[in-house]
Amino acid sequence: MTESERPYTLVAELTYRCPLRCVYCSNPLDYGRHREELDTETWRRVLREAEDLGVVQLNLTGGEPLVRDDLEALVEEARRLDLYTNLITSGIPLRRERLARFRELGLDNVQISIQDTEAAPSDRIAGLRAFDRKLVVAGWVKELGFPLTLNTVLHRENLDRVEEVVALAERLGADRLELANAQYLGWALPNRAALLPTRAQLARAREVAAAARNRLRGTMEVLFVTPDYYTDLPKACMDGWGRRFIVLSPEGLALPCHAAHTLPGLHFDSVRDRSLGEIWRDSAGFRAFRGEEWMPEPCRSCDRRGIDFGGCRCQAYHLTGNAAATDPTCQFSPDHGLIETAREAAENTEAPELIYRTERGGSMGEERRSLPPIS
Amino acid sequence: MISAESRLRLAAKARLRFDRKSSRYMLLYPERGLVLNPTAADVLQRCDGERTVGSIVTELAQQYGHEAPAVEREVLEFLQTMADRGLVRATP
Repeated sequence: MTESERPYTLVAELTYRCPLRCVYCSNPLDYGRHREELDTETWRRVLREAEDLGVVQLNLTGGEPLVRDDLEALVEEARRLDLYTNLITSGIPLRRERLARFRELGLDNVQISIQDTEAAPSDRIAGLRAFDRKLVVAGWVKELGFPLTLNTVLHRENLDRVEEVVALAERLGADRLELANAQYLGWALPNRAALLPTRAQLARAREVAAAARNRLRGTMEVLFVTPDYYTDLPKACMDGWGRRFIVLSPEGLALPCHAAHTLPGLHFDSVRDRSLGEIWRDSAGFRAFRGEEWMPEPCRSCDRRGIDFGGCRCQAYHLTGNAAATDPTCQFSPDHGLIETAREAAENTEAPELIYRTERGGSMGEERRSLPPIS
Repeated sequence: MISAESRLRLAAKARLRFDRKSSRYMLLYPERGLVLNPTAADVLQRCDGERTVGSIVTELAQQYGHEAPAVEREVLEFLQTMADRGLVRATP
């Protein structure tokens, strides 16, 4: 490990439990198998160890972090450590008094997900009647003086309504709007044929977002994240493996990204057994794809290897079966045909039924593997 | 536009934090952060919604022993960038 590897952000996945069943959830398909959540004291210790490593940003997320009744204690500890703390939530279940208490304890920012701009399509994606309640909670966030981030995951069904999403964000007084296209990992991968947009849809939405960004400059930050399937060059996933982020899974595995524990053959350590610092520096899992030693061609001799770090390891594995392959979203990848085929299917085929997130996902995962190759 | 008469404060989503690893101030906001050079930190620490940009310039020119017009140009440019990014706000 070199000096250039310093974690700035701890993504604390406090639980995989969630009242919503979103069809693009980034939690692993077999999340139902991971039930043993860390206790409060261990989380508090991990926050201290993270701050000591250089972490300044804390994302409290899940699953739905509000289902943990010790969230107050964690916010309090984060504030004591002067971490910038962001609660990433569906807004459900939340009472106004609890939110006010988080404000007193020093929570910095609240991010609420809105699936769409109206109740019916939004609730369809979430698998729960949640939309109206979310708007109420977003209102509380602003009334209590928090900055509000609104996050809308974009896909084929809502990508033509970005203008309405922007209008809703303005009406709610959002400080930041994340228009984040679904990335096809976790639950979004088995739902890919239903969710992947067409190129024309994406181009229009990007224009709308750019216009909104210019118009709202200085009042609302507007972020538009393109799906990897349409970038032709991979993104620097997590800013590079084990460089800037630590994701802690609900049961205590310290990971370089949300889905690293879905990669076979890698060993990740638990904070129950080792300190976060030791794991960050020495664990086999964190070292596996650090630096450039592991890179195959065309990455190894590519000018962009220090920019994108070879892209997303999980995408490489889940599409090609090899976690050390070049990210297939890269136009120079020998497997890029997988992406092109998926894009062609988005132009030419009817969307199939949605598959909702469920605790029986373990078997879901098996099913998916037994399907014909998803290309 | 930011002018010498503007009174600025940090946006609600932004917070200064001293980073002992780099011995610099950071400006933190959702999912991001800026590592500030000492001048930028001096400027932002004074954006309290009370002082005008002009008075911040006078203070810093004195503190650094620089000519006020040069400091003013630099500070205005920096604060305009920060305002465009929604990290500082003018108080009415």
